Amino acid sequence: MLVARSFSRSPKPAIMRQLIVREIDNLGIGSLFIVCIISFFMGAVISIQMAAQIDTPLIPMYTVGYGTRETVILEFSPTVIALILAGKVGSNVASEIGTMRVTEQIDALEIMGVNSANYLVLPKIIASVLINPILTIISMALGIFGGYLACTLTGLLDATTYLYGATLDFKTFHLVYALIKSFVFAFIISSISAYRGYYVDGGSQEVGQASTRAVVNSSISILLWNFILTRLLLL
Amino acid sequence: MIEIKNLNKIFGTRQVLYDFNAIFEPGQCNLIIGQSGSGKTVLMKCLVGLLQPTSGGVYYAGTDFTKASESEKKRIRQEIGMVFQGGALFDSMTCEENVAFPLRMFTNWNKNQISDRVKFCLDRVNLSHAFKLYPAEISGGMKKRVAIARAIALNPKYLFFDEPNSGLDPQTGIVIDRLIMEITREFNTTTIVNTHDMNSVVEIGDKIFFICNGHKHWQGDRTNIVSSSNKELIDFVFATGLLKRVQNTF
Repeated sequence: MLVARSFSRSPKPAIMRQLIVREIDNLGIGSLFIVCIISFFMGAVISIQMAAQIDTPLIPMYTVGYGTRETVILEFSPTVIALILAGKVGSNVASEIGTMRVTEQIDALEIMGVNSANYLVLPKIIASVLINPILTIISMALGIFGGYLACTLTGLLDATTYLYGATLDFKTFHLVYALIKSFVFAFIISSISAYRGYYVDGGSQEVGQASTRAVVNSSISILLWNFILTRLLLL
Repeated sequence: MIEIKNLNKIFGTRQVLYDFNAIFEPGQCNLIIGQSGSGKTVLMKCLVGLLQPTSGGVYYAGTDFTKASESEKKRIRQEIGMVFQGGALFDSMTCEENVAFPLRMFTNWNKNQISDRVKFCLDRVNLSHAFKLYPAEISGGMKKRVAIARAIALNPKYLFFDEPNSGLDPQTGIVIDRLIMEITREFNTTTIVNTHDMNSVVEIGDKIFFICNGHKHWQGDRTNIVSSSNKELIDFVFATGLLKRVQNTF
């Protein structure tokens, strides 16, 4: 219902554009640092763990590059980063809208004749579905790069072997699959969190509870949809 | 003019308003007074459309707001200005942006026209120095004045104030009361004020409606409120020790 309301009675296009740009900055650019740090180090750790597991000459060492790439593209960047964003962006959205509800700012919008769902929720949904796939691509690149640096700087693997594995048998569909997931997860995070914030009733304690519920509900939904999408798209 | 006809509001099994009837005239400050929990806020929320009455009608210049189409409601809402108890200013915007907000949303004015109108509104509430300040950087009284500036930005026909003096010291309360009175006269607005502040009652009460347990118990003005024989009203008006002593003196 809330999502349906958010798509009706829009303000002027120029105002909507401004709101979307502001939300891209707030939700997307604001999350860039944490996404970069986590992706880089997770890529590094994945590659080291993979190298540590290979204790037989039957498995070639370039498998480290291959395995790191596949892990990062298929699961880590779209899903784990979405779970991290559910925590950061989800709580941000729920608490921002929830605070507006308890301080009567949403009532003020309604009385002015502004469709509050459209004004507050739609820009966040659009910004999330636009920026989340971009964050996912950045995360993929940094994860693979982190693996490369970890392997080469620690002497586990030479650069040529890692890069050979990282580029071996690349399937474009895996990238498409990851981007579809990131698109769906972005919608889940922004809509569930907005819903939790929009229907807060009470005071600051309830805003905190709504924020927690937003993160929990978004995370569970992401895991559920991850399973459904993987089953539908990969098998 | 706003007319309320036989307004009832029931939440579940609890009736909060009973057959409320009233007429609010333009150019007058109409005060709705009563104890906390008497139904004042519910009445105001029914008037502005934040709550749907269980039965009865709210007529804005003859149009029943409760049964109006979405487009009619939108048109009427643009003629309404409301000042909430806490101001309800948008935290992420400066005072200037808060006042400009309804103008940007509902007019096709250019930047200069909007800027001129914002300046006029903020000057009108004596806040010409607060353009670039955020709500978090100003006092409670200033927030109320910015909220008034925002409420009058679109030249509304109807102005609503929910507890405009709550949380303010008596002197600032008087400033707000006078501002409400001046704006009502200057722009000929139909002004409705929810309050339990007796100072507001004697300062600006052109017409006063006393609600008790959801019923309209008394209607009058500031000149005859203290001489009323309505027991509930007298208990409410002379609730404080100081006022009781004044009552006993005379």
